[in-house]
Amino acid sequence: MKNDKNIIEVKNLVKHFGGVYAVNDLSLKIPRGEVVSIIGPNGSGKSTLVNLLSGMVEINSGVVILNDAEKLKKIKSYEIQDLSITRTFQEVRLFEQMTVIDNLLVVLTNRSVFGSFFEVHKKYHLEEVERMLQRVGLEAKKNQLAKNLSYGQRKLLEIARALLMKTEIYLFDEPFAGLFHAMIKTVSGIIKDLRKEGKTVILIEHNMDLIRELSDYVFVMDEGSLLAEGEPDSVLKKKSVIEAYLGK
Amino acid sequence: MFSIYAILGVSLNLVVGYTGLVSVTQAAFYGIGAYATALIAKTAGFGFFSSMLIGVIVAGLIGLLIGLVLSKFRDDYYVIVTVGFNIIAYGIFMNWHSLTRGPLGIVAVPRPKIDFLGLHLDFNNNLLFLALVLVFLALIYFLARFIAKSSFGRVLKAIREDEKAIQVFGYNAFYFKLAIFVISAGMAAVAGSFFASYLRFTSPNTFVLMESVLILSMIILGGLANLKGSLLGAFILVLLPELMRFVGFPNEIAAEMRQIVYGVILVLLMIYKPSGIMGEYKL
Repeated sequence: MKNDKNIIEVKNLVKHFGGVYAVNDLSLKIPRGEVVSIIGPNGSGKSTLVNLLSGMVEINSGVVILNDAEKLKKIKSYEIQDLSITRTFQEVRLFEQMTVIDNLLVVLTNRSVFGSFFEVHKKYHLEEVERMLQRVGLEAKKNQLAKNLSYGQRKLLEIARALLMKTEIYLFDEPFAGLFHAMIKTVSGIIKDLRKEGKTVILIEHNMDLIRELSDYVFVMDEGSLLAEGEPDSVLKKKSVIEAYLGK
Repeated sequence: MFSIYAILGVSLNLVVGYTGLVSVTQAAFYGIGAYATALIAKTAGFGFFSSMLIGVIVAGLIGLLIGLVLSKFRDDYYVIVTVGFNIIAYGIFMNWHSLTRGPLGIVAVPRPKIDFLGLHLDFNNNLLFLALVLVFLALIYFLARFIAKSSFGRVLKAIREDEKAIQVFGYNAFYFKLAIFVISAGMAAVAGSFFASYLRFTSPNTFVLMESVLILSMIILGGLANLKGSLLGAFILVLLPELMRFVGFPNEIAAEMRQIVYGVILVLLMIYKPSGIMGEYKL
């Protein structure tokens, strides 16, 4: 790790659903400004970890420390914006019966009830949305309903929505799944740009080539716990990691 | 009656069409507006407009309390709880004799009067009364349109689509849902005030659960998340009984037939056009 200062530290994190431990006494440190991949077989707890960090599910025990200072035992989803965290979802979650442009405008406008009541989006909001649509190649689709987009376009729209949040931490849950080559290139370009801008990206991914290409550091999870960590090339060669993926 | 139902339709469309909360309790707020206006105008001697304003505030406050309870429920459970609130409201209108006179209702509810800067308008004349209700319908329609086009309205739609997802982007959906529920309750109370004043009478039988179902049918028929659709739905369902008289249904069964025709229209719509005639959202 090139940076001693951690943007996120997870200490003894536990999440169980009934008797099943999805995340079990997990501790890890995410360095600031790096692309960190979390890999592991299906059901290893990767998405649950992202859900815990984004307040989508409640932490049972343990603590999340932000910027080596702020200790959080509870994270509410509507507060993660204030913590400078945003995310995409494993199963794309768009506002289906809204236009592409409205899917993006909604993350740019006032967050309070009173403030948003008296606000209509401005020209600069629209310009920002147009710029983002060009970046992800969806400018021709801006007036379509999100539900009418193809799977890949939906993934791109979700990533565009996260980028407009302009946060310090991006949680991308399988952003490449189901994308064809040109779209993969667009998304990997976006992740590289975020790294250049000094943002922290936490990436859940199964494509090992992309993990090698994009990641500065890799955590491997299995059965809710940390199995291995390190730089991509060394971690992906570890016997325990190969066994976790392929079976003993 | 079209204007009164149109106000109810517009108010409910904000909650159901724009926010995706299927509420079957609009007749309760309609009733609260009607009773508040009737009681305050008659017992405290307030004018119609002051009574209406108090009715709107009372409905808004009760809407706030109901909204707080409803915030704990979602989907089917939400619908069932709103049904429960309508039944409770009806029970109160029917059984709180010392206040509402129970099934006897309140009679001689005054019509509005304007006596201002030399202008004297007495709305005992039905045409003038219609003009006044249309003015209020226009005001409520444009307020609802303003809400729908604002950033607030866009957040409501996002809540309707995926409440958990919109929260991740910094919106506390609880406050938005509560706010629109209170606004909608206040608007429905305006319709109630006009209803009581138009008939000069109000009784519990108008505010039964079926009335809420009728208002919901109007907005589903006209179109969810489309305010013009609410007007169209109200127009069709208010006009339908009149049209049915021309079709030749005997008076004795006309009311029952009306219910059957409403039901058939709803079933056909759900099969062939679930978003309604002008709707922009499908339940």
